[in-house]
Amino acid sequence: MLDKNGIAKRIAKEVKDGYYVNLGIGIPTLVANFVRNDIEVEFQSENGVLGMGPFPFEGEEDADIINAGKQTITTLPGASFFDSATSFGMIRGQHVDLTILGAMEVAENGDIANWKIPGKMVKGMGGAMDLVASAENIIVAMMHTNKAGQSKLLKKCTLPLTGVGCVKKIVSNMAVLEVRDNAFHLLERAPGVSVEEIKKATEGKLIVEGTIPEMVL
Amino acid sequence: MIKKTVSGVQEALNGVQDGMTFMLGGFGLCGIPENAISELVRLGITDITCISNNAGVDDFGLGLLLQQHQIKKMISSYVGENDEFERQMLSGELEVELTPQGTLAEKCRAAQAGFPAFYTPAGYGTEVANGKETREFNGKMYVLEEAFKADFAFVKAWKGDEAGNLIFKGTARNFNPCMCGAAKITVAEVEELLPAGSLDPNEIHIPGIFVQRIFQGQHYEKRIEQRTVRQKN
Repeated sequence: MLDKNGIAKRIAKEVKDGYYVNLGIGIPTLVANFVRNDIEVEFQSENGVLGMGPFPFEGEEDADIINAGKQTITTLPGASFFDSATSFGMIRGQHVDLTILGAMEVAENGDIANWKIPGKMVKGMGGAMDLVASAENIIVAMMHTNKAGQSKLLKKCTLPLTGVGCVKKIVSNMAVLEVRDNAFHLLERAPGVSVEEIKKATEGKLIVEGTIPEMVL
Repeated sequence: MIKKTVSGVQEALNGVQDGMTFMLGGFGLCGIPENAISELVRLGITDITCISNNAGVDDFGLGLLLQQHQIKKMISSYVGENDEFERQMLSGELEVELTPQGTLAEKCRAAQAGFPAFYTPAGYGTEVANGKETREFNGKMYVLEEAFKADFAFVKAWKGDEAGNLIFKGTARNFNPCMCGAAKITVAEVEELLPAGSLDPNEIHIPGIFVQRIFQGQHYEKRIEQRTVRQKN
């Protein structure tokens, strides 16, 4: 079973040389820590920066330079700033190569819910609806089950949707799965997790073909 | 040169009234028009509709207007940092229209550029698309979204000149340029107001034609919401 850093580490292997990547808040933000340093990647933050760098050293924070999580950041050589309409032009216009975001639920048809729990949490969708509606390459970082052990990979989402039929790949704490043809296709197991355990933790249709390898991290 | 300078925040906000719709630039607390917000608090006008990506925090930004119950309706994409906001929303005192962030930006830009509406894929198949026209283009579904209509846009820039030309800094740019010229009157407050000719025309982000009033802002606090740092080793 992977922890949050483990999920981020596995997702980092999906980041290829020359990619522009948008990272969501939470586990996706951790992915930047694990990207190979022999490839060139630029991170986009939808509040208006491309070429995001690490957090600033203490005393060097600038209130005017933050990421979408409102955290103080730095920029790397080659970085640029732009307005919000231009930023979402990059996203809607499919100029961003890879979008990594979290989810509360994903359905076997690729629907995703991650912005609202009626009666409990109504903070808003931020840029998530724009990202999932436009990105061609979306990876969802999530826990396979909730705290009560119930599956979050479902036949049908129960929460209000963020987007329809858009998720193609999931990296959970238990597995890597591809979402296509109205089913979750098991690609890899997390270290120490059996196919049986993944079956038990997946409510939606799960396709298991051949021997499923363990992830290489 | 057409001069846009006004003496200060009081003159800049001349004409604001109860029940009006305002656009306010900023992302979180970054790049918010601090002076305009303070003046709106001082004026005490009520029943206002605010178009702003976020709603500030409890004791800063738009949170100050919420505390005084001056806001009737918020149009935002994310409002998670404000307890008073949540309380007013759940009790029904405050009307909230949550809008995808890219759509919010484009509804501003459309108003600025004279488009009545546009199609976007964001929100298709979700509750955001309820009651809106949808249409297929090249095999993909889109939602028709209308341009905003607002009485005033309050924006914050880094540098500006007497002609109303603006330059923004870092990610404090965000929604500010999109809102310039998107309301009947655009009010720009700047950290540094310069004589015409001081800014290189090649480096202007927003031409003065989109700005009606500009003033030298005072006492910027520029509060940081999430101070994240790394250690030197």
